[in-house]
Amino acid sequence: MSVFKDAGHLLRFAGLFVLAFLVFLVVRGYVVPKSFGQYGHYRGNAIGEIAAHPIQYAGHQACETCHADVLDVKKNGKHAHVNCEACHGALAKHADDPSTVKPVLPDTAALCARCHTASAAKPKGFPQVVPAEHSNGMPCETCHQPHSPGMDAPATAVGGAK
Amino acid sequence: MKITRRQMLILLPAAAVAWESVLAGTPEASPNYKMADHWWSMLIDIPKCIGCGNCVRACQAENDVPDGYFRTWVERYNVSDEDMTNPHVISPDGGKEGFPVAQEDGEKYFFVPKMCNHCADSPCTQVCPVGATFESPDGVALVDQTYCLGCAYCVQACPYGCRYIHPVKKVADKCTLCYHRITKGLTTACCEACPTGARQLADLKNPKDPIHEFLKTHSVQVLKPYMATGAKVFYNGLDGSVR
Repeated sequence: MSVFKDAGHLLRFAGLFVLAFLVFLVVRGYVVPKSFGQYGHYRGNAIGEIAAHPIQYAGHQACETCHADVLDVKKNGKHAHVNCEACHGALAKHADDPSTVKPVLPDTAALCARCHTASAAKPKGFPQVVPAEHSNGMPCETCHQPHSPGMDAPATAVGGAK
Repeated sequence: MKITRRQMLILLPAAAVAWESVLAGTPEASPNYKMADHWWSMLIDIPKCIGCGNCVRACQAENDVPDGYFRTWVERYNVSDEDMTNPHVISPDGGKEGFPVAQEDGEKYFFVPKMCNHCADSPCTQVCPVGATFESPDGVALVDQTYCLGCAYCVQACPYGCRYIHPVKKVADKCTLCYHRITKGLTTACCEACPTGARQLADLKNPKDPIHEFLKTHSVQVLKPYMATGAKVFYNGLDGSVR
């Protein structure tokens, strides 16, 4: 076959190409993480790494294991569905180590006003006051117990989380 | 102490059983979590939102979100009767410290919490050139920050403005739907901190989740439905002026 008479330079080039491809495969096998493609076009292990992020908010279930007394006060009041850390802040560290990490008591003047300051943007049924007119500068807890703020007989809780 | 083969045969299964119970007692290890059993979404009940900013602060504390950046934020809409298509929207510092008092002036005011919609067909994950962002098998849009180049294609692609480049890490950052919490049986930090239940984590694959009843009985909308992103953050009572 005279066509392939002078094909040596082409074969050498093809050989080079094959070699480069093999090198590519080896480098790729080395560089691409093992879990890449496990679930899709991404590193499968990333899911576990993201799930390993430390927790800051312990969750109300954790609080209730020790503070059952507060739960008893809360459960019939208007704040029955307000989770502990909504007011007390992130306390996973306290839940992990209750003796050394002590939570700071929230400042009710700022805390209550954050939710209950009257505004036209808030839902109409939500209890709202103009703090300056409402309390005459007295702290909220003079009249309201934060865990069960209603002042009458235990009110049935309305709204709030499940 | 010498352990015979007989003792070893008894001890090994006993140790295995004991280890099982140890694992069961530590939710952090989440060994029982199966991605195939979940399809996460969120319900935002606008008529319940009071704009306190608890969710924004909780998110920043839980996820080390840098100041001035937000994985979730709250907007206050002010819509006048005459000009519904041009609402006046404010979100001072993402609503983190609440909002200025709105006076009763006859116009419509309401709060809209915003966050990643964890779209089933997310535009952000489609544009990633390196496979650093993806929709997890349980329906959460996540970023592999060790793989991300920081090109910010995804930041531009998100129609909801839910992504940013982390100012220190220089990689894409976004809401993970508190993936580290929901895989351990906890709710998200924003839901945990919401005092009125305006935000509810929902698992669409769980037939007992109250989300199914809610979706059936309420007028629910997602943001920018015309973009067909498969958004999974459902808004109850969403006003037509919200974008």
